[in-house]
Amino acid sequence: MTGVPSSTWFSAAPHWEWLIALYFFLGGLAGGSYFLSALIDLFGSREHRPLAHLGYYVAFPCLALSGLLLAVDLGRPLRAWHMFIQSNTYRPMFKYWSPMSIGSWALAILGFFAFLSFLAALAEDGPIRWSGLRTLRAPSPVGRIIAVLGGFFGFYVAGYTGVLLAVTNRPIWSDTPLLGLLFIVSAASTSSALMILLAYRSGRTTPAVADLHRLDDWVIALELLVLIAVMVSLGPVLSAWLNVWGILLAIVIVLGMIAPLVLSWRARRFHQVTLATPALLVLVGGFLLRVVIVFSAQSV
Amino acid sequence: MPEPMGFYTDTTVCIGCKACEVACKEWNQLPSTNGGVNTLSGDSYDNTRRLDGIHWRHVKFVEQFAEDRKDGRWLLMSDVCKHCVHAACLEVCPTGAIIRTEFDTVVIQSDACNGCRDCIAACPFGVIDINPVSHTAQKCTLCYDRLQGGMEPACSKACPTKSIQFGTIRELRERAQTRVEQLHRTGENRAYLYGADEKMLGGLNSFYLLVDQPEVYGLPPDPKMPTRNLIPASIYAVLGAIVVGIAGIFSFRNRGAKEDREARP
Repeated sequence: MTGVPSSTWFSAAPHWEWLIALYFFLGGLAGGSYFLSALIDLFGSREHRPLAHLGYYVAFPCLALSGLLLAVDLGRPLRAWHMFIQSNTYRPMFKYWSPMSIGSWALAILGFFAFLSFLAALAEDGPIRWSGLRTLRAPSPVGRIIAVLGGFFGFYVAGYTGVLLAVTNRPIWSDTPLLGLLFIVSAASTSSALMILLAYRSGRTTPAVADLHRLDDWVIALELLVLIAVMVSLGPVLSAWLNVWGILLAIVIVLGMIAPLVLSWRARRFHQVTLATPALLVLVGGFLLRVVIVFSAQSV
Repeated sequence: MPEPMGFYTDTTVCIGCKACEVACKEWNQLPSTNGGVNTLSGDSYDNTRRLDGIHWRHVKFVEQFAEDRKDGRWLLMSDVCKHCVHAACLEVCPTGAIIRTEFDTVVIQSDACNGCRDCIAACPFGVIDINPVSHTAQKCTLCYDRLQGGMEPACSKACPTKSIQFGTIRELRERAQTRVEQLHRTGENRAYLYGADEKMLGGLNSFYLLVDQPEVYGLPPDPKMPTRNLIPASIYAVLGAIVVGIAGIFSFRNRGAKEDREARP
């Protein structure tokens, strides 16, 4: 195997496929949605609060599904608990230098906070008639603590997957330190997009949605810049994308990033209300971005 | 505590007999592929193709022949887990299934592994893969069970040309150095040792004598630890989180502040 651009070409593919690509997408949505909702609860106005509910409704189910996907993807799903407890000593298992180890804990902890916020949102919206649950939500002191801690772990879950890929020896993944950054920014853009879509569907089209739109536009532009930075940092390794994955990535850039920005700009300029289309494009683009990154590095 | 033990593989005396592959499979009770039916790879005499969950030894056949076939040579190498002193697989393993033994070798405990496959992506040499029977990650154990019983590993025991040698790392390095000098004296100046000192991942406890570039044998010229990216990747991710967080705070706060102003009489 001569003439390859990096020593990473000699490693083997870990067979992380559709379940993992889907988890990267859902984990990003869960973490990002929780983070945005926590920001709204901590810094937003009363007008924003119904929007935050949507984020909490997204985060917990996405996390539950994520845990299931990850367990099913294991070679031995019934040993999923080995991530948390050493199977031979029954002591806690934690390695701060292994992103998968910390990530497992972060996912579980975020799941706990997301569950509390999910209940609180249900209590405020009516389906659960137990007003005590509302104290789990800001502005109550307990709610503020939950929002701060959950928001922190939300962003952690959104970004650690990119760091996990970097802490391997696979081509592309470990040839750039920027995938964690890319996943975080992408999690923010896809989460805003999903919350916008849900806001339209559920009729919560308060003026606050416009704030989310503006945020999403900024974050998509940032994501485009980060993706360009990823390509620059890959250097000669970029040749690994000179194939069908490169074409798919180009589609992601055009349809998942540039098109939503243009549509959103036109909508604001000409006061059209077709804002669901850009949000949908961002979501599909965010998923395909993860598909490209997960699969392209393993088809080398 | 025993001394660090390992393999020294002198590729110049390997004859490609695959006795090591067979001995490894027999001792470790590794299954055959394709129900035992031989499938030809079309790549020289290599039909097991690579190291993976059921091939813990793999003999590589490199044919180097001129176009007119007037000149040429075979490069043969029995490949195996390198039992790195700084082991990438052990470093990332989230279950603690991968351990360093009293012989300074690296072993995956199959009963603790849950098949997450992080180690497969981490290993710079592409040594590990999932065993389709146990559904856990597996690789050479340097015959940990035989070592504990005072025996040498099955592959080195079976090797008929002493291409694979087992012993203490200290002694093997001396022996390998002597062999390189001998080869240089006889005119084979291309001979060198791969992984026989601390420069490569703290030292490979299974190191090689090669006569061509590492890439020719399918070995990385510059293997690195996966955690080299941990700090930089984390810093960039945190920066991203801060930027997005600030953008979010401004987006949501403006309206809140505006409302406050409007609410005032």
